[in-house]
Amino acid sequence: MIELLLPPLLAGLAVALVSGPMGAFVVWRRMAFFGDTLAHGALLGAALGLALEVNLYLAVVAVCLGLAAALTALQHQRQLAGDTLLGIVAHTTLALGVIAISLQTGIQVDLFAYLFGDLLAVGWNDVIGLWGGAVVILVLMLWQWRALLSITVSEELAQVEGVAVQRTRLLLMLLLALLIAGAIRTVGVLLITSLLVIPAASARRLTHTPAQMALVASLLGILSVLVGLAVSWFANTPVGPSIVVAASGLFVLTLLRKPS
Amino acid sequence: MSDPLVQVESVSVTLGGTSVLSDVSLTLAPGRITTLIGPNGAGKSTLARVVLGLVKTDNGSVKRRKGLRIGYMPQQIKVDDSLPLTVDRFLWLAAPGPTSARRAALERAGVAQLRRRAVQQLSGGEMQRVLLARALLRKPDLLVLDEPAQGVDVAGQNALYGLLKDVRDELGCAILLISHDLHLVMAATDEVICLQRHVCCSGNPETVSRDPAYHELFGPAAGTPNLALYTHDHDHDHDLHGNAHHHDHEGPCNHD
Repeated sequence: MIELLLPPLLAGLAVALVSGPMGAFVVWRRMAFFGDTLAHGALLGAALGLALEVNLYLAVVAVCLGLAAALTALQHQRQLAGDTLLGIVAHTTLALGVIAISLQTGIQVDLFAYLFGDLLAVGWNDVIGLWGGAVVILVLMLWQWRALLSITVSEELAQVEGVAVQRTRLLLMLLLALLIAGAIRTVGVLLITSLLVIPAASARRLTHTPAQMALVASLLGILSVLVGLAVSWFANTPVGPSIVVAASGLFVLTLLRKPS
Repeated sequence: MSDPLVQVESVSVTLGGTSVLSDVSLTLAPGRITTLIGPNGAGKSTLARVVLGLVKTDNGSVKRRKGLRIGYMPQQIKVDDSLPLTVDRFLWLAAPGPTSARRAALERAGVAQLRRRAVQQLSGGEMQRVLLARALLRKPDLLVLDEPAQGVDVAGQNALYGLLKDVRDELGCAILLISHDLHLVMAATDEVICLQRHVCCSGNPETVSRDPAYHELFGPAAGTPNLALYTHDHDHDHDLHGNAHHHDHEGPCNHD
């Protein structure tokens, strides 16, 4: 049993660990819908990766970054609100992704696994890739922590004080795209945002500094993965949704605590 | 005069298709306090943002001295409620270093007691003071303050301008102020620039207060030059922002 569960467990922990600080930024910068849109685009990326027979993760990262750039450019027009644009792009890319996957000939692709994740199918290669990615993301975030936080508090103050605002924002997008690419196999396209947002939201009530919030979000994410996997194993429920429900359960628990 | 810190030459700015500044020049030198005055919509904040490098200019040039350290106090900033951030951490973002430096900066700005408070709990006036502390903490070569006296009573304004003069003397920095309060500014400034999308008149306060363009721009609100004392003559109305009412319409100093 342990050799069956170990790779999914380690993969889930890697994603949860990174989702803590990353999710904190998504919450602080109100990027939940943005992250969701990138995640939807990830399906299109996966489909392209399959069609062109290139590395799936690379294809997903490339499509996510392209989307992020396109969205940034689109936001300069003023007639439509940002969330309207995101709604259009998110669902268009999702639809395109589903069509592209259904057009694949030869191999039978499990669409469900991409949408909701298939953690139990994760192998040792994936585990190594995910932990490598997790270390890269965490190191970059630690290194640029003050700049990332500065542009989150106020982009104008940050720029006046000499922070490279554009570059830092781009870094955050890149890291988010990397994380989404990694998470697509664990919790799936439709549930990635919840793993980013829910633990961070839970951590808000329990913490007093940004770093604490990021750390506690990681711990809550890890706990969600453990509980979700256990529930999935014993009750035979789908893994990804089980993890998300576990995270939501923790969030409800934090609501019981009076805000300080 | 020593080398300028910032030199703005013949700059024009268009925002959303409307010309906000046209052919504006400005020089900021170390140790000098410069104040921008002008009616609402005259482009004061935009000019300050040109100096800060936050606005793209259509033409003209903006030269900043290499390695220029800027402290900026915007009118207000809003930090998202989801971010747990104390005043102390907020200052740390501008200048990581020992706690004692942050405590000293807050003390200087008169808000030492706020250090452990969450930034979201501050009132508008408290936040301005914290922003001032953050600007001072950087030991800037240039300090830019957008309406620092807004919502501050006369005694508080006197204290504020006294503080700015002290800071100028201590750091030898240049200070750029935006203000709508004519009388007090006149008393506390080395150079005044009257703005109405272009520079109407400029020079030391005494010169400006005798300039017909200044009187045209501000009308009776300009009053008689009374540089030492703030006298609030009630021969004009104020709107919510404290601006004199005579120039909500486009002023006579508008050559468009």
